[in-house]
Amino acid sequence: MSEPGSGVSGADAYNFAYLDEQTKRMIRRALLKALAVPGYQVPFASREMPMPYGWGTGGVQVTAACLVPEDRLKVIDQGADDTTNAVSIRKFFSRTAGVETTEHTAEATLIQTRHRIPETPLRKGQILVYQVPIPEPLRFLEPRETETRKMHELEEYGLMHVKLYEDIARHGQIATSYAYPVKVEGRYVMDPSPIPKFDNPKLGDNPAIQLFGAGREQRIYALPPWTKAVSLDFDDHPFQASKAPHDCDLCGAAHSYLDEVITDDRGGRMFVCSDTDFCTGRQAAGHRGRLSPQEGL
Amino acid sequence: MIRIENLSKSFILHNQGGAVIPVMTEASLTVSPGECVGLTGQSGAGKSTLMRIVYGNYLAAGGSILVGGVDVAQAAPRQIIALRRQTLGYVSQFLRVVPRVPTLDVVAEPLLALGVAPAAAKDRAAALLARLNIPQRLWSLSPTTFSGGEQQRVNIARGFAHGYPALLLDEPTASLDAANREVVLTLIEEAKARGAAILGIFHDEAARARVCDRLVDVTGFTPRAAA
Amino acid sequence: MAALEKSYEDQALLSVTGLTKRYGPRIGCAEVTFDLYPGEVLGIVGESGSGKSTLLSCLAGHLRPDLGRVSYDGRDVLGMAETERRRLGRTDWAYVHQNPRDGLRMGVSAGGNVGERLMAVGARHYGDIRAKATDWLGRVEIAADRIDDRPSAFSGGMQQRLQIARNLVTGPRLVFMDEPTGGLDVSVQARLLDLLRGLVRDLGLSVIIVTHDLAVVRLLAHRLMVMKDGRVVEQGLTDQVLDDPQHAYTQLLVSSVLQV
Repeated sequence: MSEPGSGVSGADAYNFAYLDEQTKRMIRRALLKALAVPGYQVPFASREMPMPYGWGTGGVQVTAACLVPEDRLKVIDQGADDTTNAVSIRKFFSRTAGVETTEHTAEATLIQTRHRIPETPLRKGQILVYQVPIPEPLRFLEPRETETRKMHELEEYGLMHVKLYEDIARHGQIATSYAYPVKVEGRYVMDPSPIPKFDNPKLGDNPAIQLFGAGREQRIYALPPWTKAVSLDFDDHPFQASKAPHDCDLCGAAHSYLDEVITDDRGGRMFVCSDTDFCTGRQAAGHRGRLSPQEGL
Repeated sequence: MIRIENLSKSFILHNQGGAVIPVMTEASLTVSPGECVGLTGQSGAGKSTLMRIVYGNYLAAGGSILVGGVDVAQAAPRQIIALRRQTLGYVSQFLRVVPRVPTLDVVAEPLLALGVAPAAAKDRAAALLARLNIPQRLWSLSPTTFSGGEQQRVNIARGFAHGYPALLLDEPTASLDAANREVVLTLIEEAKARGAAILGIFHDEAARARVCDRLVDVTGFTPRAAA
Repeated sequence: MAALEKSYEDQALLSVTGLTKRYGPRIGCAEVTFDLYPGEVLGIVGESGSGKSTLLSCLAGHLRPDLGRVSYDGRDVLGMAETERRRLGRTDWAYVHQNPRDGLRMGVSAGGNVGERLMAVGARHYGDIRAKATDWLGRVEIAADRIDDRPSAFSGGMQQRLQIARNLVTGPRLVFMDEPTGGLDVSVQARLLDLLRGLVRDLGLSVIIVTHDLAVVRLLAHRLMVMKDGRVVEQGLTDQVLDDPQHAYTQLLVSSVLQV
């Protein structure tokens, strides 16, 4: 296979962004169908990618099919731009597509993400690509794929509430804290990928295009801009977007999703924004948290 | 109330070379409301068979059996079920119940099936059991473990729980002591007084003489060939 | 006497005509015709391979028959859309499997198992669902404090009773039962039979029960259908069919039962 360089011209321009044009055409058809039927899982012929399953092969194929030379790409893994997975995928596209990259949410035109939605609100024209391990929200309750597809077809979603019922029965509340199912436009129940349920309210009525790619499972689904996505719940146990009850120890943010970091072996710990771009941006703007380095020291 | 005309019955034993055994032919009799008719004849003459045909338990080969206007010989199963639930009672010699069910519930069941409120049904059942001298400590136990005489009395209580307009009694006083026999005969007299038509088999001649208004010898219904 | 006049319902709940299912050249069941009325329990007996389970699957919509008509409450079951048929299966109909593992979700608590049908028809209030599940566990004699236990921690008899509660919670009118007492101890069977009899009477259920156990149908079924080689060879009042069987096969079947 010929490896395209960073230049974009001639045959390289034709096979832009790693995938051959036939494959991209196939994926784009699946994407269009997914956008036309929000929340519906469209099967696609997932290709082998130069990374193992579980590392975002689905997201990478969707990103490759969407990229144009003018794009500016951001890749995050659990909110962070600097983790191995994020860095290697960013480098991959920088080499194979030659697109510009960025760590700033506001500057990016296409963001590939693993398990987070950026804190900075997305805007019209941006595309958010999710990496999805298991696209089928009914899988753990009904292992038969033939049956789950029938359940989607016939809108038989009682089982989804059984899972939530079990949560409340066992833990006194809905303990599902990530991959929290949503009902899209009152029709399909969708797994939003393992994002924390804190991010669920951002799924609906979002001005950006949200695309979901599951490489191993060969499924693509999507939320077009301004789509309704309602988190499932009970009347007497309404959905709550929860987070750790702390402020960020670095930037002091009170309403961002936090990671807990163990700092020593004596029980020391700190809470920091999982979205690194958001946190550094706030620190640059002068916000300070409990454990921020003291000025002048 | 009960009118039997030209009734015939034969058994065909398919697994014994298709042998045909005729057991009854041209049987006719009537029982009016308030009347008790006793069936007589030697053992094996077909007394119980006739009762079973009237109850719909055996299929008639020909003729008609009108009970409260329903022809048992022609009726659909659900018509017979309704007939048995509301019109036609049967006290057989054997008690057949679901194991584990308390005696009180066994006796109340015919009333519950008619939609009587559970409390009222159980009151009626308790009254009958008390009258038939079943000790109250046994009411919560299943009758399957009872003695023959006790089972017989439970069976009678069950048969008299609802005031059926027509009653079939197969040896109701057999294996009962004098006191309980007296209770059963009184129950039969009360049923007659309220207008029930009763067809019965009584080996006990004194009982037969006391409650039966007429006797019908079933030997007259026995086919010649087998006689 | 006035109360006695209303002797039976005139409108069949389920009406089956000429139902036939073939497996290639082999007959599953052939030309089965019967009516089932409200509140009626119909037993279907026959040895394994006689077509009784095939018939039940065809009636319950699990198998598509080749020929025939099935009409439920005046509606053509075979002609209706799958959505509608499956909705019937969750609301008006119930299916009790022989093996409770086939009818229960073994990884879900007893309360969740009972609540599923409620949630499937739109119940969205946790407290109400739980109260109803508790009520139904009580009706099938399962202690309320077992509501959060999984069926895998239950005995076979309890599992079967749980399956019945799960099926009846939405107040179905027609219940299909496939050997519901099979695989249970005799004492447990008796308890289950008593429970079923009570529920059938109190809820006015119509039931089609498939079994090879003649004692079970004698106690539960009003009417009996005897099947052999896919065909109905005899049908009638249960005690009449058992005590005065007309067909050679039924006579053989009845005489083969061991007396206790």
